[in-house]
Amino acid sequence: MDIRAQVSSVFHLDKCIGCHTCSIACKNLWTDRRGNEYMWWNNVETKPGTGYPTKWEDQEKYHGGWERVGSQLRLKQGGKAATIGKIFHNPDLPTMDDYYEPFTYKYADLTNAPAGTDQPTARAVSMVSGKPMKIAAGPNWDDDLSGSNVYAANDPGVIELSAEQQQQLFAIEKMVMFHLPRICNHCSNPACVASCPSGAIYKRGEDGIVLINQDKCRGWRMCVSACPYKKTYYGWSSGKSEKCILCFPRQEAGEAPACFHSCVGRIRYLGVLLYDADKIEATAMKADGELAAAQREMILDPCDPEVLAAARAAGMAEQIIQAAQKSPIYKFVKQWGIALPLHPEFRTLPMLFYVPPLLPLLSTDHQGTQKLADDFFTSLEQARLPLMYLAGLFAGGNEEEVKAVYRRLIAVRLQRRAATVGDLAEAEVERARTISGLERDTLDAIYRMTSLTRIKERIVVPPLLREQAVEAGMDPEEYKQAMGFGSRKAPKRRW
Amino acid sequence: MADLILFGVFPYVAMALAIGVGLYRYTIDRYSWSSQSSQFLESRALFWGSLPWHYALLLILLAHFLAFLIPAGWGSLLGSPARLILLEVTGMALGITTLIALVILILRRVSNDRVNAVTSRIDWLLLAVLLVQVTSGVYIAISLRWGGAWYVHTVSPWLWSLLKLDPQISYLANLPWIVQLHAVNAFLLVAIFPFSRLVHVVSIPLGYLGRPYQVVIWYRQRRSS
Ligand code: SF4
Ligand code: SF4
Repeated sequence: MDIRAQVSSVFHLDKCIGCHTCSIACKNLWTDRRGNEYMWWNNVETKPGTGYPTKWEDQEKYHGGWERVGSQLRLKQGGKAATIGKIFHNPDLPTMDDYYEPFTYKYADLTNAPAGTDQPTARAVSMVSGKPMKIAAGPNWDDDLSGSNVYAANDPGVIELSAEQQQQLFAIEKMVMFHLPRICNHCSNPACVASCPSGAIYKRGEDGIVLINQDKCRGWRMCVSACPYKKTYYGWSSGKSEKCILCFPRQEAGEAPACFHSCVGRIRYLGVLLYDADKIEATAMKADGELAAAQREMILDPCDPEVLAAARAAGMAEQIIQAAQKSPIYKFVKQWGIALPLHPEFRTLPMLFYVPPLLPLLSTDHQGTQKLADDFFTSLEQARLPLMYLAGLFAGGNEEEVKAVYRRLIAVRLQRRAATVGDLAEAEVERARTISGLERDTLDAIYRMTSLTRIKERIVVPPLLREQAVEAGMDPEEYKQAMGFGSRKAPKRRW
Repeated sequence: MADLILFGVFPYVAMALAIGVGLYRYTIDRYSWSSQSSQFLESRALFWGSLPWHYALLLILLAHFLAFLIPAGWGSLLGSPARLILLEVTGMALGITTLIALVILILRRVSNDRVNAVTSRIDWLLLAVLLVQVTSGVYIAISLRWGGAWYVHTVSPWLWSLLKLDPQISYLANLPWIVQLHAVNAFLLVAIFPFSRLVHVVSIPLGYLGRPYQVVIWYRQRRSS
């Protein structure tokens, strides 16, 4: 057993209100520079929709992530030699037009225009070339536009659905959508790391954060195409790729990452997971539909004496073990089984999990009073968003995985409704509980964690113990730059 | 005198700059070490420019290098007329390919607003010097036939004399002006190398082939696992 710790997260999609506060917090901290304007290390997209960059999920287009070749895992964009061969032109690289060309307006024209009979205007100019431009897209261009046949209809997940299922989706397209906030998943089998010819990208052993060494990056941009989530970005001005750093400088100071801290809906949970790194490859080799379960299998119980002994033998710090025992992520993913990885079929083993949105109303609405469907699992299957679509997002197409989660979420709701409104027969609640497979106390714990907890329980930042790290003896300035963020000189082109 | 400076002194200056400034930049400002790819801003024209440019150029450089390194072997390789002609034709084709590709790349930088915006003065200088280099090379290939053969008796010994710190400028002084230009301009490229994006040529990431896919860095010593 090769036991490792990973700072992981859960996003509870039922709670996301799509306010983009998280994106702005991140932008103001890390990417408010020339060459980075277009980068949204944290972005929030509307689903169904095409996302950012457009159609990022379509790996026939971008060839991101891994594929199984015989008994081996290989990057979908090609093996190592092929990757080096594509250094002069990477056919899978998205261009700026797949994201959007950043723009601003010539505001000065509003005040500097000579007096005249017409109203002065501020024309849009490109932030790359400075020339006037026609704006074709922007960040969150399709925000809340799920009904649009440009966006929802082109969602790669929707295209996969049968005609019937599509109809089901579009019949109510004007009503149904949800928000999907995305950051780098700090995967356990990261494709970005595997694709970097320079070896500049690495995973930190102690906490699993994936970083790009800015001094080692040579701008070969293979990570941009290899990451199936499109969460590494090419800095077109500096010639370096950059990505989400999970706010490690904040975490090292005991603070929550900025997007977590600022989240208005309080949808974000953070904590340590212990997992068995020896199982990474075998897990990533599983069939699409088994990946989510296999990944859960890889995660270890931080209270199991055997695991503890192995962790201590491997030299894991006591504080990290304690943090793992308090981790809300372990509860969501393992104990309660209500959080799933996004697109596990990309086989990077993402360490950010999502509680899928409980879109279906379980009942029919009669002028304000709700009548539960006789068999609400039937209604679940006739959910507003086809379960197949959600299974395509969170379970490699395995509907059973998603259904199991929904049964639990439904049981929580029914139990709470019975407790607070009291209009449900106890038998009905009991039945939901039985089918969900969770105890009354567990359902209450889920309710507490999703609704009542304070930040210290939602976000359990482990002490990262940097004071004990070997680089304590390093030149702090040099260390800063080699770490993946921070630099001794301004991060821009000089030569 | 001019010959001495150009063929006997300048190559050393260029090499000294390349190594000295290169090392300085690598240690003091490693962040700046990048290919500065602009594919993200424009991909289609780059495909038609960058791919033929790099691959054809690599082959041409390889030929120059082999003929310099093992002149005897190279000479016997060209022993038969068939092989000599084959090499001549291949070289010519590759040279013309690089020229066309370079023109595509230059036009792309001129005409595409985005790419234009990320092109610095040193980039333009580099492109100009490269254009001179490739044009003169193709011109030599066309006007002074069988370069594969005479290179071995003229340029190779000159380069070797430079390497042995005993510059024999007469080898070059007697050659046509266009060859002299090609040679001096080559060292100009060497001199520009550490100041420009050209530094990426020494970063060929062949280590990737032997490396495991995943890279994990531990900060504290692991006791055991
Ligand atoms: S999400 Fe992408 S960038 Fe982040 S670790 Fe995974 S492969 Fe790398
Ligand atoms: S801040 Fe929170 S609620 Fe708002 S969009 Fe981001 S994740 Fe959703």
